[in-house]
Amino acid sequence: MSEATIRWISGPVLRAISHDDFYMHEAVLVGERGLQGEVVRLQADPPSGGQELTVQVFEETTGLRPGDRLRGEGHALSVRLGPGLLGHIFDGLLRPLAGGAERDFLTPGQSTRDKPLHPFQPLVAQGRILKGGEPFGAAQERSVTADGPDAVRVGQYCLVPPAWCGEVVWIAPAGHYDETTPLCILRDGTGQERSVAMSHTWPVRVPRPVAERLASGPPLLTGQRILDCLFPVARGGKATVPGGFGTGKTVLLETIAKWCNADVIVYLGCGERGNEMAGVLDEFPHLEDPRSGRPLMERMVIIANTSNMPVAAREASIYTGVTVAEYFRDQGLHVAVMADSTSRWAEALREVSGRLGELPGEGGYPAYLSTRLADFYERAARVQTLAGKGGSVTIIGAVSPPSSDFSEPVTTHTKRYVRNFWALDRKRAHARFYPAVDPLTSYSEDADLLASWWHARGNPNWGKQRRRFLTILEEQARLERMAMILGKEAMPPRQQLTLLVAGLLNEAFLRQSAFASKDRSASPQKQNRMMGLLDRFMELAEQAMANGMTVEQIQGLPILRRLQRMGEEIGDDELALFTPLEESMEKALSLP
Amino acid sequence: MRTPLSLTDAVTRVDGPLLFAHRRVDVGLNEAVEVSGPDGQPRLGRIAALDQDFMTVEILESGTGLGLRGTRIRFLGEPISFSLGPGILGRVFDGVGRVTDGGPPIPACSRMAVDGAILNPMRRKKPADFIETGISSIDLLNSLVRGQKLPIFSGGGLPHNRLAIEIALHARLLNSADSATPFAIVFAGIGVPFETAEFFRRTLEESGALGRTALFLNLASDSSTQRLLAPRFALTAAEYLAFVEGRHVLVIMTDFTNYCEALREVSASHGEIPGRKGYPGYMYSDLATLYERAGSLQDKPGTLTQLPILTMPSDDISHPIPDLTGYITEGQITLNRSLDREGIYPPVGLLPSLSRLMKDGIGAGFTHADHPALANQLYASYARATQVRLLANVVGSDGLTPEDRCMLRFGQQFETQFIHQERPRSLEESMAVGWALLRQLPLTELSRLSDAQIAAYRVADAESA
Repeated sequence: MSEATIRWISGPVLRAISHDDFYMHEAVLVGERGLQGEVVRLQADPPSGGQELTVQVFEETTGLRPGDRLRGEGHALSVRLGPGLLGHIFDGLLRPLAGGAERDFLTPGQSTRDKPLHPFQPLVAQGRILKGGEPFGAAQERSVTADGPDAVRVGQYCLVPPAWCGEVVWIAPAGHYDETTPLCILRDGTGQERSVAMSHTWPVRVPRPVAERLASGPPLLTGQRILDCLFPVARGGKATVPGGFGTGKTVLLETIAKWCNADVIVYLGCGERGNEMAGVLDEFPHLEDPRSGRPLMERMVIIANTSNMPVAAREASIYTGVTVAEYFRDQGLHVAVMADSTSRWAEALREVSGRLGELPGEGGYPAYLSTRLADFYERAARVQTLAGKGGSVTIIGAVSPPSSDFSEPVTTHTKRYVRNFWALDRKRAHARFYPAVDPLTSYSEDADLLASWWHARGNPNWGKQRRRFLTILEEQARLERMAMILGKEAMPPRQQLTLLVAGLLNEAFLRQSAFASKDRSASPQKQNRMMGLLDRFMELAEQAMANGMTVEQIQGLPILRRLQRMGEEIGDDELALFTPLEESMEKALSLP
Repeated sequence: MRTPLSLTDAVTRVDGPLLFAHRRVDVGLNEAVEVSGPDGQPRLGRIAALDQDFMTVEILESGTGLGLRGTRIRFLGEPISFSLGPGILGRVFDGVGRVTDGGPPIPACSRMAVDGAILNPMRRKKPADFIETGISSIDLLNSLVRGQKLPIFSGGGLPHNRLAIEIALHARLLNSADSATPFAIVFAGIGVPFETAEFFRRTLEESGALGRTALFLNLASDSSTQRLLAPRFALTAAEYLAFVEGRHVLVIMTDFTNYCEALREVSASHGEIPGRKGYPGYMYSDLATLYERAGSLQDKPGTLTQLPILTMPSDDISHPIPDLTGYITEGQITLNRSLDREGIYPPVGLLPSLSRLMKDGIGAGFTHADHPALANQLYASYARATQVRLLANVVGSDGLTPEDRCMLRFGQQFETQFIHQERPRSLEESMAVGWALLRQLPLTELSRLSDAQIAAYRVADAESA
């Protein structure tokens, strides 16, 4: 094991001298407490005849001193992937945060990982040839009822590490084991034998291999109308949510985490608020996954690196999160990663870069910011796994631009790598119009791809209606600018009608209350009905006006209020109620 | 190598707040030192960097009078810490926790590092206890809950100090067993002028609340490095009161703009690469280490609620100081200059104000079942009124539709009757004013209310008529 001696230290960066060999990005343990760190620079040191390494430490360095020792671990910064991730909360280096009152406050160097036993069920027999990434067993976290549809719960397969393969020469019988106990021995072509446990480690900065990358697939349904219908994201796609403070980024991400149709959610609180994490932990176990009927928490992995935790670990946490997501993808699952917020990650990058004395680029960020962002977002994909299953990782990253200025480096660079841009608008947020996604500056490059999915699922006019809604909203902005000069009274009735329709579209369709039980998530069927109804309203209103109805008369129709509130009043299981609503709408607008 | 108590004549260079010395002792990073010059005056400092031969000491007070010779560095062998014990309430301290009210020193029973430890997010309790402040625009529309950090974004000359003290004095819990126990108050004056400090002290004294207050005063004339410590000492005291003594603590800190200016000054003197507007790139993380110290823990009785105040330079909410603060805190109460000019008190600019934790502390089981919908509707209508007002400014009220004219009237009345208040209102009173104002609006404008809610308040209207 390679060792080094600290010679200089300041903040989270230290330099050490060693005569042993170290490698770039090798994980190290610093000092008596074993603080985790990573080698970021290597240099020959002629005076000592050895090498000088620069290390960024992921934990608070108070109390370290020159002369303290550090140990190389011989591998890059890695995390252990196995059962016991789902439903739990971890720090940026995937160390569990659970514990009793003795862990009220976090102290550096804690790496106690209790070793709970997980039930194990072998899935292969001796003599079977296994490839990397194939499951050799199943780990069941919870007791499974005989009639349960989910005999093996989500994410509970034990995988052969991707780079390994061979013939099974021994496999453990069913039983309870901790995740590091060897359960299977593989002999590869050269005769070398290796033992595999329920879990294995993987370096966080290296994407896990797949058999094949596929084109992004069916939509990741979020249950949010403005996203699903106007700016949809595909499974394996990537989206960004930029917005100033108070525009509802976190609430939107949490809402998506709750209701989207992914199998596993990796929620990455990167440099965000501790109380929000407490809120998630308090709320999610009590919410039911509408698809499985199980608590939502069971499909979540939370990685919390709150803003007051050491900054270097924040830099690593984003890779930790996406690595965990890839691990579940490799089990043939659809995973969504919520990263809140990538700006805090970029700031961590900037801070560490500054301490290393690197030349700053735009906004003080290092010049490689853009490359790093690309590395991160490119890990989103729909794939065929090594074991031949289909899986996907969808990344939704929040961006917190300073002063809500979308021309700052993190937003502009992110925009280059994502296909969906959900810009949050401060004005909408001020009026408590949530989700405050601005329909004029947002876009979705996945929309055309996904239109056929909607067309095949009950709404052949989806593409047309979507285009029409967007046009009206665009028109509204133009007319409102005009109204600022002319006054609304002076505008022709047709234009006044457009404003009325656009207002209705906003209020009845785009606004969605995250806290109303019937409205917080809308099924595709409900979205189709609502979309169709509003589309029909536009037609009818135009006809009514051609037949001599005035804008004031339409404005005064009681049906408008019913339409405005249909999202909150009609639940996913009461879609039949849309029929009488449509009938009374037809009636109200067809009067002579 | 044992840590010798002190080191003399080791200094090789003094440069602004930094002092370079030979490292002849075993000392750890960030540990506290006391540097005294030939004048014998001790100055607090900390180890900022270490290498094999030298150490860099950051002096947290004025470096005036220090020389290469005759300067003594005493090593405390621990990070900067604060000795705390019962009896800190009712006392006055300076920015580094020294008693300045002429009384006896604090009998210490607990010694805590001022940088604080990181609250484990897993062990936090979700803040959900509604605090009634008596201010309608806060209670009804931007509710404060126990364990929240809700800053006041203000500007020079606006009545933020008065508002903060009124909240502190009136704050109480609704429907709770310990609603009778008033909050313990920790006040940190960060680089404040003498008058501000005196205003707080006097008001607290007159209201009889000084006995439950600990004051930490770093005056404008004190050193700026010390300014960085004042909130840390105050928060350490607050944590002691909350998590050791189990009290409910309200921390008022003013003015964070001074704190950030000091941070910029110190960062520049360290020769660090400046970020936006010259503030250091780590300002977000630095502020977070302070703000994130609000909260409460599972299975522990105490809570720590923060009410920091900052004055936005030239009322600009996109300035780095309010901008970064807004990204860390759980909302903000913004004061508005034009409301203030119109004589509206408290001049809360509602549209940019927000309380993120509000949803967890209001509604059925917490305040009132209709509270969320009412707040939502008032916000939507007021936002619309503001939009109409913009339009009316350009085209005149003649160019408006009748609905728009109605909204315009609503906006004015909302400001003079709801935001403005002569005395503290209970939540019920605030809600009654809100409902009354909504009665004048047409039904199509009330899309955030359910039919049942509309029926209920219309009935109430008919009964009272």
